[in-house]
Amino acid sequence: MEKIYTRPKSLKKAVFHYCPGCGHSIVHRLICEVIDEMNLQERVIGIPPPGCSVFAYHYFDVDMAESAHGRGAAVATGIKRAYPEAIVFTYQGDGDLAAIGTAETIHAANRGERITAIFINNAVYGMTGGQMAPTTLLEQKTTTTPYGRDIKLEGYPIKISEMLALTKGAVYIERTAANSPANIRKTKKAIRKAFQTQIDDLGFSLVEILSPCPTNWRMTPIEAWQWIEKVMTKEYPLGVIKDTTGKQDAD
Amino acid sequence: MAKVLMTGNAAIGEAAIRAGCQCYFGYPITPQNELTEYMATHLSRRKGCSFIQAESEIAAINMVYGASLSGARTMTSSSSPGISLKQEGISYLAACELPAVIVNMSRGGPGLGSISAAQSDYFQATRGGGHGDYRTIVLAPSSVQELADFTHHAFELADKYLIPVIILGDGMLGQMMEPVEFKYEAPEELPIRSRALRGAKGRPSRIIKTFTSKPAELEEINWSLFRRYQQIKKQETTCDAFMTEDARLIVVAFGIAARIAKGAIKTARANGLKVGMLRPVTLWPFPSEKVQELAKSVKQYLVFEMNMGQMVEDVQLALGGNGEVSFYGRPGGVIPTPSEVYKVISRLYYQKGLK
Repeated sequence: MEKIYTRPKSLKKAVFHYCPGCGHSIVHRLICEVIDEMNLQERVIGIPPPGCSVFAYHYFDVDMAESAHGRGAAVATGIKRAYPEAIVFTYQGDGDLAAIGTAETIHAANRGERITAIFINNAVYGMTGGQMAPTTLLEQKTTTTPYGRDIKLEGYPIKISEMLALTKGAVYIERTAANSPANIRKTKKAIRKAFQTQIDDLGFSLVEILSPCPTNWRMTPIEAWQWIEKVMTKEYPLGVIKDTTGKQDAD
Repeated sequence: MAKVLMTGNAAIGEAAIRAGCQCYFGYPITPQNELTEYMATHLSRRKGCSFIQAESEIAAINMVYGASLSGARTMTSSSSPGISLKQEGISYLAACELPAVIVNMSRGGPGLGSISAAQSDYFQATRGGGHGDYRTIVLAPSSVQELADFTHHAFELADKYLIPVIILGDGMLGQMMEPVEFKYEAPEELPIRSRALRGAKGRPSRIIKTFTSKPAELEEINWSLFRRYQQIKKQETTCDAFMTEDARLIVVAFGIAARIAKGAIKTARANGLKVGMLRPVTLWPFPSEKVQELAKSVKQYLVFEMNMGQMVEDVQLALGGNGEVSFYGRPGGVIPTPSEVYKVISRLYYQKGLK
């Protein structure tokens, strides 16, 4: 009988510590599938962030190192500059990439660093207990916006991917979601393309993934999937935000 | 090779390149810009090397962390306010046992302070500086020649003990020009460190981290770090004694202040005062044993620093009451003169009845 579904080689045999319905485990698996399919296990170095996915190194069977909060893009830059043969990816949450690490992210993108950022946007700080993230939606209730995010007090949800697209060094940016079989397939395709962009030495690549956090959203996993579809994608539309990989003059 | 005339900042750059530094990451701040500029000119186009003017000191130190993860000899440099920003990264380097060289051409503080030379970062450098229990080796050069020699030594120490090494200079050392000879040349290919992250090829995948949900595990990491620190204390503590044999008063000073004090001591000797100097070369580990040895015959100490009194605490700790300690300091970037220090020495000498 043909085996059509199996554990990716680069995914360790460990039980995920993530909450039921969390998007991290799905995205971890997708990255591992791509690493296997592109035969990159021996070349990849991953940089997980502080946060729920801090233990990502217990799941990925590739070289990994911890990063200070928000500094993933700078750490990845150092690795890639010191050892250009490596395929380097950061795995970052919205607080990590779009709040404390904004400067590192924008400048790594602008320099066109040959690194790939996997950016998990779940609109909250997960591990610390559901505080407001820079990506928290208007009127969304979190532990630090108990009355809902108020634009007069907390400002607007930040569209970091669109901001990064303005830098010439970023050559491929796509926003996907981990909330349905179809969107999960698209996410995998985007991750693959992001890694290919790095292999082709074209510049900075990033995949933003809208990812469910049922625990901090106070929802069931199914409600969380639906909330992404009905609410999150209105603020953060899915699709390719920038792709200059096919152009001769790509930086 | 023959001696060349160079600024201290440029000499560090040249010495670093000759020591096999492959990656330099910096950010402009006075008074160390000549070093960043030297690396931009001389390192950035070298084969297998990389130079980035980072977006911040925080980014620069994290690039150093990344390059060190991959096994490169790497360094960054800054001055006091910038070194404060780098403390987060230095803590991570220390925690993950990653070698790196960090140069602080320090300036007057606190706050934005001044761009003039000062020694007010002694506490920050010798007590770890960032969060958590850790130490860094701290070297205190006092001439352009020593800046060059210590840069090479710093890379060697960092690799040997897997630890960040701080070169604590100051704005004056960085800016002044002196003849310097580069005595070292790294081999063409440096060996790849055994824990370097270069992809899991032909070996199991590797994780470099300290974070754990088990406090006992982290406790063991702390113990293991401190066992290494004990070893460093035993093997790497260095200091320089000047005219201490018959001394009745010993001046303790480091870095550029030791250079100033030396001039003052020469005048004192010319006037018949038996004054010597102890100059700690490693500020951490501090040469406590040497202080204790001197305390057997000398009871009067004058600690002279370009700050409000920081190293003086280490001298007092080392003496443990077996000597009397006086202090003279000029903070804020004021550069005292040898004649000024001589006046302090001679006043003390007579006050204490040593003549």
